[in-house]
Amino acid sequence: MLRSGRVDFAGVVKRVNLSYVPDAVVGNFVLVHVGFAISTVDEDEARQVFSYLEEMGELAELEEGEPS
Amino acid sequence: MKFIDEYRDPEAAAGFARALRRITTRPWTLMEVCGGQTHAIVKFGVDELLPPEVELVHGPGCPVCVTPLELIEKAIEIASLPGVIFCSFGDMLRVPGRTVDLLTVKARGGDVRIVYSPLDAVAIAREHPEREVVFFAVGFETTAPANAMAVFQAAQLGLKNFSLLVSHVLVPPAMSAILSSPDSRVQGFLAAGHVCSVMGFTEYEPLAARYRVPIVVTGFEPLDILHGVYLCVKQLEEGRAEVENQYTRAVRRDGNVPAQLLMREVFQVVPRKWRGVGEIAESGLGLAAPYAAFDAELRFGVAGHTADEPTECCSGQIMQGLMKPHECPAFGRRCTPEHPLGATMVSSEGACAAYYRYRRFKLPKDEGKVVANGN
Repeated sequence: MLRSGRVDFAGVVKRVNLSYVPDAVVGNFVLVHVGFAISTVDEDEARQVFSYLEEMGELAELEEGEPS
Repeated sequence: MKFIDEYRDPEAAAGFARALRRITTRPWTLMEVCGGQTHAIVKFGVDELLPPEVELVHGPGCPVCVTPLELIEKAIEIASLPGVIFCSFGDMLRVPGRTVDLLTVKARGGDVRIVYSPLDAVAIAREHPEREVVFFAVGFETTAPANAMAVFQAAQLGLKNFSLLVSHVLVPPAMSAILSSPDSRVQGFLAAGHVCSVMGFTEYEPLAARYRVPIVVTGFEPLDILHGVYLCVKQLEEGRAEVENQYTRAVRRDGNVPAQLLMREVFQVVPRKWRGVGEIAESGLGLAAPYAAFDAELRFGVAGHTADEPTECCSGQIMQGLMKPHECPAFGRRCTPEHPLGATMVSSEGACAAYYRYRRFKLPKDEGKVVANGN
Protein backbone atom coordinates (compact mmCIF):
# COMPACT_ATOMS: atom_id res chain seq x y z
CA MET A 1 0.00 0.00 0.00
CA LEU A 2 3.05 2.29 -0.07
CA ARG A 3 3.79 2.21 -3.80
CA SER A 4 4.98 5.62 -4.88
CA GLY A 5 6.64 7.24 -7.85
CA ARG A 6 8.04 10.51 -9.12
CA VAL A 7 5.56 12.61 -11.09
CA ASP A 8 6.63 15.52 -13.28
CA PHE A 9 4.16 18.43 -13.15
CA ALA A 10 5.48 20.43 -16.12
CA GLY A 11 8.93 20.64 -14.53
CA VAL A 12 8.10 20.31 -10.84
CA VAL A 13 8.81 16.76 -9.75
CA LYS A 14 7.02 15.40 -6.68
CA ARG A 15 6.78 12.00 -5.06
CA VAL A 16 3.22 10.75 -5.42
CA ASN A 17 1.48 7.76 -3.85
CA LEU A 18 0.53 5.23 -6.55
CA SER A 19 -1.46 2.77 -4.40
CA TYR A 20 -4.67 3.52 -6.28
CA VAL A 21 -3.22 3.18 -9.80
CA PRO A 22 -1.67 -0.31 -9.60
CA ASP A 23 -1.36 -0.53 -13.40
CA ALA A 24 0.47 2.78 -13.84
CA VAL A 25 3.95 2.47 -15.33
CA VAL A 26 6.80 4.88 -16.06
CA GLY A 27 5.73 7.29 -18.79
CA ASN A 28 2.01 7.29 -17.96
CA PHE A 29 0.13 10.49 -17.25
CA VAL A 30 -1.78 10.43 -13.96
CA LEU A 31 -4.35 12.64 -12.29
CA VAL A 32 -2.97 13.64 -8.88
CA HIS A 33 -4.97 14.88 -5.91
CA VAL A 34 -3.48 15.65 -2.47
CA GLY A 35 -0.43 13.50 -3.11
CA PHE A 36 -2.29 10.51 -4.58
CA ALA A 37 -2.67 9.45 -8.19
CA ILE A 38 -6.40 8.74 -8.54
CA SER A 39 -6.60 7.96 -12.25
CA THR A 40 -4.41 7.21 -15.25
CA VAL A 41 -5.03 9.44 -18.26
CA ASP A 42 -6.12 7.39 -21.27
CA GLU A 43 -4.22 8.87 -24.20
CA ASP A 44 -6.62 7.51 -26.83
CA GLU A 45 -9.68 8.84 -25.02
CA ALA A 46 -7.92 12.20 -24.66
CA ARG A 47 -8.53 12.84 -28.35
CA GLN A 48 -12.27 12.33 -27.97
CA VAL A 49 -13.09 16.02 -27.48
CA PHE A 50 -11.37 16.79 -30.80
CA SER A 51 -12.91 13.84 -32.64
CA TYR A 52 -16.30 15.09 -31.51
CA LEU A 53 -15.59 18.55 -32.92
CA GLU A 54 -14.37 16.96 -36.12
CA GLU A 55 -17.58 14.96 -36.47
CA MET A 56 -19.58 18.15 -36.08
CA GLY A 57 -17.44 19.76 -38.81
CA GLU A 58 -16.09 22.34 -36.40
CA LEU A 59 -12.44 21.40 -36.44
CA ALA A 60 -11.72 22.62 -39.99
CA GLU A 61 -9.71 25.64 -38.87
CA LEU A 62 -7.46 23.64 -36.58
CA GLU A 63 -4.15 22.46 -37.92
CA GLU A 64 -3.72 18.77 -38.50
CA GLY A 65 -2.37 16.99 -35.44
CA GLU A 66 -2.51 20.01 -33.15
CA PRO A 67 -4.33 18.30 -30.28
CA SER A 68 -1.56 15.81 -29.61
CA MET B 1 1.60 21.02 -20.43
CA LYS B 2 0.23 17.98 -22.25
CA PHE B 3 -3.47 17.24 -21.62
CA ILE B 4 -3.97 20.84 -20.49
CA ASP B 5 -2.87 23.32 -23.16
CA GLU B 6 -4.75 21.68 -26.02
CA TYR B 7 -7.98 21.84 -23.99
CA ARG B 8 -7.65 25.63 -23.91
CA ASP B 9 -7.51 26.08 -27.68
CA PRO B 10 -9.57 29.16 -28.63
CA GLU B 11 -10.49 27.90 -32.13
CA ALA B 12 -11.80 24.61 -30.78
CA ALA B 13 -13.72 26.53 -28.11
CA ALA B 14 -15.27 28.70 -30.81
CA GLY B 15 -16.20 25.49 -32.65
CA PHE B 16 -18.13 24.20 -29.65
CA ALA B 17 -19.76 27.61 -29.17
CA ARG B 18 -21.00 27.58 -32.79
CA ALA B 19 -22.25 24.01 -32.52
CA LEU B 20 -24.06 24.87 -29.29
CA ARG B 21 -25.75 27.87 -30.87
CA ARG B 22 -27.01 25.66 -33.69
CA ILE B 23 -28.76 23.17 -31.38
CA THR B 24 -30.14 25.56 -28.72
CA THR B 25 -33.77 26.52 -29.25
CA ARG B 26 -34.96 27.24 -25.70
CA PRO B 27 -33.65 28.56 -22.37
CA TRP B 28 -31.84 25.98 -20.24
CA THR B 29 -30.31 26.23 -16.79
CA LEU B 30 -27.41 23.91 -16.04
CA MET B 31 -25.44 23.52 -12.84
CA GLU B 32 -21.75 22.71 -12.75
CA VAL B 33 -21.30 20.79 -9.54
CA CYS B 34 -17.63 21.33 -8.79
CA GLY B 35 -15.99 24.53 -7.59
CA GLY B 36 -12.97 23.77 -9.78
CA GLN B 37 -15.28 23.93 -12.79
CA THR B 38 -16.80 27.19 -11.52
CA HIS B 39 -13.34 28.73 -11.38
CA ALA B 40 -12.46 27.54 -14.89
CA ILE B 41 -15.77 28.91 -16.24
CA VAL B 42 -15.28 32.33 -14.70
CA LYS B 43 -11.53 32.51 -15.31
CA PHE B 44 -11.70 31.59 -19.00
CA GLY B 45 -15.05 33.28 -19.63
CA VAL B 46 -16.64 30.02 -20.78
CA ASP B 47 -20.09 31.33 -19.83
CA GLU B 48 -19.59 34.27 -22.20
CA LEU B 49 -19.20 31.86 -25.13
CA LEU B 50 -22.58 30.23 -24.50
CA PRO B 51 -25.77 31.17 -26.31
CA PRO B 52 -27.86 33.63 -24.25
CA GLU B 53 -30.42 30.88 -23.63
CA VAL B 54 -27.96 28.70 -21.72
CA GLU B 55 -27.26 29.72 -18.13
CA LEU B 56 -24.74 28.10 -15.82
CA VAL B 57 -25.43 28.21 -12.08
CA HIS B 58 -22.77 27.26 -9.61
CA GLY B 59 -23.06 24.19 -7.44
CA PRO B 60 -22.04 23.08 -3.95
CA GLY B 61 -18.80 21.30 -4.96
CA CYS B 62 -16.36 23.28 -2.86
CA PRO B 63 -15.42 21.22 0.21
CA VAL B 64 -14.11 24.19 2.14
CA CYS B 65 -17.32 26.12 1.43
CA VAL B 66 -19.73 23.47 2.68
CA THR B 67 -17.87 22.66 5.91
CA PRO B 68 -20.31 23.77 8.63
CA LEU B 69 -19.39 26.46 11.13
CA GLU B 70 -19.51 24.00 14.01
CA LEU B 71 -16.67 21.97 12.48
CA ILE B 72 -14.58 25.11 12.04
CA GLU B 73 -15.27 25.87 15.71
CA LYS B 74 -14.24 22.34 16.69
CA ALA B 75 -11.05 22.74 14.64
CA ILE B 76 -10.28 26.03 16.35
CA GLU B 77 -10.92 24.49 19.78
CA ILE B 78 -8.66 21.48 19.13
CA ALA B 79 -5.93 23.55 17.42
CA SER B 80 -5.82 25.86 20.46
CA LEU B 81 -5.02 23.00 22.86
CA PRO B 82 -1.43 22.82 24.13
CA GLY B 83 0.47 19.84 22.75
CA VAL B 84 -1.61 19.58 19.59
CA ILE B 85 -0.17 19.88 16.08
CA PHE B 86 -3.16 20.73 13.89
CA CYS B 87 -2.64 19.93 10.20
CA SER B 88 -4.87 21.19 7.43
CA PHE B 89 -5.03 22.07 3.75
CA GLY B 90 -4.24 25.78 3.44
CA ASP B 91 -7.71 26.96 2.37
CA MET B 92 -9.29 25.98 5.68
CA LEU B 93 -7.11 28.36 7.71
CA ARG B 94 -8.89 31.50 6.57
CA VAL B 95 -12.46 30.28 6.85
CA PRO B 96 -14.09 32.47 9.47
CA GLY B 97 -15.29 30.81 12.65
CA ARG B 98 -17.58 32.60 15.08
CA THR B 99 -14.88 35.01 16.22
CA VAL B 100 -11.53 33.88 14.83
CA ASP B 101 -10.09 31.59 12.15
CA LEU B 102 -7.37 28.93 12.30
CA LEU B 103 -4.79 31.43 11.08
CA THR B 104 -5.52 33.53 14.18
CA VAL B 105 -4.98 30.44 16.34
CA LYS B 106 -1.59 30.03 14.64
CA ALA B 107 -0.75 33.72 15.14
CA ARG B 108 -1.53 33.32 18.85
CA GLY B 109 1.00 30.50 19.12
CA GLY B 110 -1.05 27.44 18.18
CA ASP B 111 0.88 24.83 16.20
CA VAL B 112 -1.22 24.91 13.03
CA ARG B 113 0.51 23.51 9.95
CA ILE B 114 -0.45 23.56 6.29
CA VAL B 115 0.12 20.21 4.63
CA TYR B 116 -0.11 19.16 1.00
CA SER B 117 -1.26 15.60 1.66
CA PRO B 118 -2.78 13.77 4.63
CA LEU B 119 0.29 11.51 4.50
CA ASP B 120 2.37 14.55 5.52
CA ALA B 121 0.32 14.64 8.73
CA VAL B 122 1.02 10.94 9.32
CA ALA B 123 4.74 11.65 8.87
CA ILE B 124 4.53 14.50 11.42
CA ALA B 125 2.81 12.14 13.87
CA ARG B 126 5.65 9.63 13.47
CA GLU B 127 8.25 12.36 14.07
CA HIS B 128 6.47 13.68 17.17
CA PRO B 129 5.23 10.72 19.23
CA GLU B 130 4.96 13.04 22.25
CA ARG B 131 2.45 15.35 20.51
CA GLU B 132 -1.15 14.83 19.38
CA VAL B 133 -1.35 15.28 15.61
CA VAL B 134 -4.78 16.06 14.16
CA PHE B 135 -5.58 16.27 10.46
CA PHE B 136 -8.61 18.29 9.31
CA ALA B 137 -10.13 15.84 6.80
CA VAL B 138 -12.40 17.89 4.57
CA GLY B 139 -13.33 17.01 1.04
CA PHE B 140 -15.53 15.15 -1.37
CA GLU B 141 -15.08 11.63 -2.76
CA THR B 142 -11.92 12.81 -4.55
CA THR B 143 -10.08 13.37 -1.26
CA ALA B 144 -11.61 10.52 0.76
CA PRO B 145 -9.28 7.77 -0.58
CA ALA B 146 -6.22 9.81 0.44
CA ASN B 147 -7.61 10.40 3.91
CA ALA B 148 -8.65 6.76 4.20
CA MET B 149 -5.07 5.76 3.36
CA ALA B 150 -3.71 8.12 6.04
CA VAL B 151 -5.89 6.44 8.69
CA PHE B 152 -5.12 2.98 7.36
CA GLN B 153 -1.36 3.65 7.48
CA ALA B 154 -1.60 5.17 10.97
CA ALA B 155 -3.40 2.00 12.10
CA GLN B 156 -0.78 -0.23 10.45
CA LEU B 157 2.00 1.77 12.10
CA GLY B 158 0.21 1.60 15.47
CA LEU B 159 0.23 5.39 15.82
CA LYS B 160 -1.62 6.40 18.99
CA ASN B 161 -1.11 10.17 18.55
CA PHE B 162 -2.81 10.62 15.18
CA SER B 163 -6.46 11.48 14.60
CA LEU B 164 -8.79 12.96 12.00
CA LEU B 165 -11.35 15.72 12.36
CA VAL B 166 -13.66 14.44 9.65
CA SER B 167 -15.91 16.64 7.54
CA HIS B 168 -16.29 14.48 4.46
CA VAL B 169 -19.19 15.09 2.11
CA LEU B 170 -20.70 13.19 -0.81
CA VAL B 171 -21.91 14.66 -4.10
CA PRO B 172 -25.00 12.63 -5.11
CA PRO B 173 -27.04 13.37 -1.94
CA ALA B 174 -26.35 17.09 -2.41
CA MET B 175 -27.53 16.94 -6.03
CA SER B 176 -30.62 15.12 -4.86
CA ALA B 177 -31.27 17.79 -2.20
CA ILE B 178 -30.92 20.55 -4.80
CA LEU B 179 -33.32 18.84 -7.20
CA SER B 180 -35.86 18.16 -4.42
CA SER B 181 -36.06 21.85 -3.53
CA PRO B 182 -39.22 23.49 -4.88
CA ASP B 183 -37.09 26.52 -5.81
CA SER B 184 -34.68 24.52 -7.94
CA ARG B 185 -34.05 25.88 -11.44
CA VAL B 186 -31.52 23.20 -12.40
CA GLN B 187 -32.47 21.27 -15.56
CA GLY B 188 -29.17 19.49 -16.16
CA PHE B 189 -25.89 18.84 -14.38
CA LEU B 190 -22.25 18.87 -15.29
CA ALA B 191 -21.07 16.29 -12.75
CA ALA B 192 -17.66 16.66 -11.12
CA GLY B 193 -15.08 14.77 -13.18
CA HIS B 194 -12.56 14.14 -10.43
CA VAL B 195 -15.17 12.85 -8.01
CA CYS B 196 -16.25 10.43 -10.75
CA SER B 197 -12.67 9.34 -11.46
CA VAL B 198 -12.84 7.83 -7.96
CA MET B 199 -16.51 6.80 -7.76
CA GLY B 200 -17.40 6.13 -11.37
CA PHE B 201 -20.85 7.30 -12.44
CA THR B 202 -23.33 4.48 -11.91
CA GLU B 203 -24.62 6.14 -8.72
CA TYR B 204 -25.89 9.06 -10.83
CA GLU B 205 -28.12 6.89 -12.99
CA PRO B 206 -30.99 6.66 -10.43
CA LEU B 207 -30.82 10.47 -10.00
CA ALA B 208 -31.07 11.11 -13.74
CA ALA B 209 -34.03 8.75 -13.97
CA ARG B 210 -35.89 9.95 -10.86
CA TYR B 211 -35.59 13.69 -11.55
CA ARG B 212 -35.52 13.46 -15.35
CA VAL B 213 -32.28 15.44 -15.60
CA PRO B 214 -29.32 14.82 -17.89
CA ILE B 215 -26.06 14.40 -15.96
CA VAL B 216 -22.83 14.77 -17.92
CA VAL B 217 -19.58 13.80 -16.21
CA THR B 218 -17.35 16.71 -17.18
CA GLY B 219 -13.68 17.68 -16.94
CA PHE B 220 -12.12 20.95 -15.86
CA GLU B 221 -10.57 22.61 -18.88
CA PRO B 222 -12.53 25.11 -21.01
CA LEU B 223 -13.03 22.62 -23.87
CA ASP B 224 -14.19 19.92 -21.44
CA ILE B 225 -16.77 22.29 -20.00
CA LEU B 226 -17.98 23.45 -23.43
CA HIS B 227 -18.21 19.83 -24.57
CA GLY B 228 -20.10 18.92 -21.35
CA VAL B 229 -22.53 21.81 -21.86
CA TYR B 230 -23.04 20.75 -25.48
CA LEU B 231 -23.84 17.15 -24.54
CA CYS B 232 -26.17 18.29 -21.75
CA VAL B 233 -28.07 20.80 -23.93
CA LYS B 234 -28.29 18.20 -26.72
CA GLN B 235 -29.97 15.79 -24.28
CA LEU B 236 -32.37 18.50 -23.08
CA GLU B 237 -33.28 19.53 -26.62
CA GLU B 238 -33.91 15.89 -27.54
CA GLY B 239 -35.91 15.20 -24.36
CA ARG B 240 -33.40 12.70 -22.96
CA ALA B 241 -32.21 12.44 -19.34
CA GLU B 242 -29.18 10.15 -19.24
CA VAL B 243 -25.82 9.90 -17.56
CA GLU B 244 -23.11 10.60 -20.10
CA ASN B 245 -19.33 10.74 -19.74
CA GLN B 246 -17.47 13.64 -21.34
CA TYR B 247 -14.28 13.13 -19.28
CA THR B 248 -13.43 9.73 -20.72
CA ARG B 249 -9.68 10.29 -20.53
CA ALA B 250 -9.82 10.16 -16.72
CA VAL B 251 -13.17 8.60 -15.75
CA ARG B 252 -14.21 5.00 -16.15
CA ARG B 253 -17.76 3.78 -15.52
CA ASP B 254 -16.85 1.92 -12.31
CA GLY B 255 -14.33 4.48 -11.12
CA ASN B 256 -11.25 3.58 -9.12
CA VAL B 257 -12.10 0.30 -7.42
CA PRO B 258 -9.04 0.02 -5.11
CA ALA B 259 -9.73 3.56 -3.86
CA GLN B 260 -13.39 2.74 -3.21
CA LEU B 261 -12.45 -0.40 -1.31
CA LEU B 262 -10.23 1.44 1.15
CA MET B 263 -12.79 4.24 1.52
CA ARG B 264 -15.40 1.63 2.50
CA GLU B 265 -12.97 -0.03 4.88
CA VAL B 266 -12.14 3.15 6.80
CA PHE B 267 -15.28 5.28 6.45
CA GLN B 268 -19.02 4.81 6.76
CA VAL B 269 -21.88 6.92 5.38
CA VAL B 270 -23.29 9.36 7.97
CA PRO B 271 -25.68 12.34 7.98
CA ARG B 272 -23.75 15.58 7.48
CA LYS B 273 -24.52 19.26 7.96
CA TRP B 274 -23.67 21.46 4.96
CA ARG B 275 -22.82 25.08 5.60
CA GLY B 276 -25.66 27.31 4.54
CA VAL B 277 -27.83 24.34 3.52
CA GLY B 278 -28.42 22.32 6.70
CA GLU B 279 -28.31 18.63 7.44
CA ILE B 280 -28.64 16.18 4.55
CA ALA B 281 -29.26 12.50 5.32
CA GLU B 282 -26.51 10.05 4.29
CA SER B 283 -24.52 12.89 2.73
CA GLY B 284 -21.16 12.47 4.42
CA LEU B 285 -18.49 10.08 5.57
CA GLY B 286 -17.40 9.47 9.15
CA LEU B 287 -14.89 6.98 10.52
CA ALA B 288 -16.18 3.40 10.58
CA ALA B 289 -16.41 1.69 13.98
CA PRO B 290 -13.07 -0.20 13.74
CA TYR B 291 -11.30 3.15 13.21
CA ALA B 292 -13.21 5.14 15.86
CA ALA B 293 -9.99 5.47 17.88
CA PHE B 294 -8.77 7.89 15.16
CA ASP B 295 -11.78 10.21 15.56
CA ALA B 296 -10.56 13.58 16.86
CA GLU B 297 -14.10 14.58 17.92
CA LEU B 298 -14.22 11.66 20.35
CA ARG B 299 -10.59 12.02 21.43
CA PHE B 300 -10.95 15.70 22.33
CA GLY B 301 -14.56 15.56 23.53
CA VAL B 302 -16.02 18.04 21.03
CA ALA B 303 -18.50 15.71 19.32
CA GLY B 304 -21.70 17.32 20.61
CA HIS B 305 -20.75 20.96 19.99
CA THR B 306 -22.98 22.98 17.69
CA ALA B 307 -22.84 26.52 16.30
CA ASP B 308 -25.41 28.65 14.47
CA GLU B 309 -24.54 29.90 11.01
CA PRO B 310 -24.09 33.65 10.57
CA THR B 311 -27.06 35.22 8.81
CA GLU B 312 -25.36 37.77 6.55
CA CYS B 313 -23.55 35.24 4.34
CA CYS B 314 -25.64 34.06 1.37
CA SER B 315 -23.42 31.11 0.48
CA GLY B 316 -26.24 28.61 1.06
CA GLN B 317 -28.34 30.14 -1.72
CA ILE B 318 -25.31 30.54 -3.96
CA MET B 319 -24.29 26.88 -3.60
CA GLN B 320 -27.83 25.73 -4.43
CA GLY B 321 -27.83 27.78 -7.61
CA LEU B 322 -30.53 30.16 -6.33
CA MET B 323 -28.30 33.22 -6.44
CA LYS B 324 -25.09 34.44 -8.10
CA PRO B 325 -22.22 35.78 -5.96
CA HIS B 326 -22.45 39.39 -7.21
CA GLU B 327 -26.15 39.49 -6.29
CA CYS B 328 -25.19 39.31 -2.60
CA PRO B 329 -25.33 42.80 -1.04
CA ALA B 330 -22.11 42.11 0.89
CA PHE B 331 -20.11 40.95 -2.17
CA GLY B 332 -16.97 43.03 -2.71
CA ARG B 333 -18.02 45.42 0.05
CA ARG B 334 -18.25 43.85 3.48
CA CYS B 335 -17.07 40.50 2.08
CA THR B 336 -13.73 40.22 0.28
CA PRO B 337 -11.01 37.54 0.24
CA GLU B 338 -9.10 39.66 2.80
CA HIS B 339 -12.16 39.92 5.07
CA PRO B 340 -14.49 37.07 4.11
CA LEU B 341 -17.93 36.63 5.65
CA GLY B 342 -18.10 33.06 4.43
CA ALA B 343 -16.01 30.25 3.00
CA THR B 344 -17.18 30.76 -0.60
CA MET B 345 -15.08 33.96 -0.61
CA VAL B 346 -12.03 32.17 0.82
CA SER B 347 -11.55 28.94 -1.03
CA SER B 348 -9.76 28.59 -4.34
CA GLU B 349 -12.87 26.63 -5.37
CA GLY B 350 -15.43 29.06 -3.93
CA ALA B 351 -17.85 30.75 -6.34
CA CYS B 352 -17.59 34.14 -4.62
CA ALA B 353 -13.78 34.05 -4.75
CA ALA B 354 -13.97 33.25 -8.48
CA TYR B 355 -16.29 36.20 -9.16
CA TYR B 356 -14.19 38.50 -7.00
CA ARG B 357 -10.97 37.47 -8.67
CA TYR B 358 -12.09 37.44 -12.29
CA ARG B 359 -15.26 39.51 -12.52
CA ARG B 360 -15.20 42.35 -10.01
CA PHE B 361 -14.21 45.01 -12.52
CA LYS B 362 -17.24 44.19 -14.61
CA LEU B 363 -19.53 45.22 -11.77
CA PRO B 364 -21.54 48.47 -12.05
CA LYS B 365 -19.34 51.51 -11.52
CA ASP B 366 -20.24 52.36 -7.91
CA GLU B 367 -19.50 48.80 -6.75
CA GLY B 368 -16.18 48.83 -8.61
CA LYS B 369 -15.21 51.98 -6.76
CA VAL B 370 -15.89 50.44 -3.37
CA VAL B 371 -13.76 47.45 -4.31
CA ALA B 372 -10.97 49.65 -5.62
CA ASN B 373 -10.98 51.62 -2.33
CA GLY B 374 -10.85 48.36 -0.45
CA ASN B 375 -7.57 47.56 -2.16
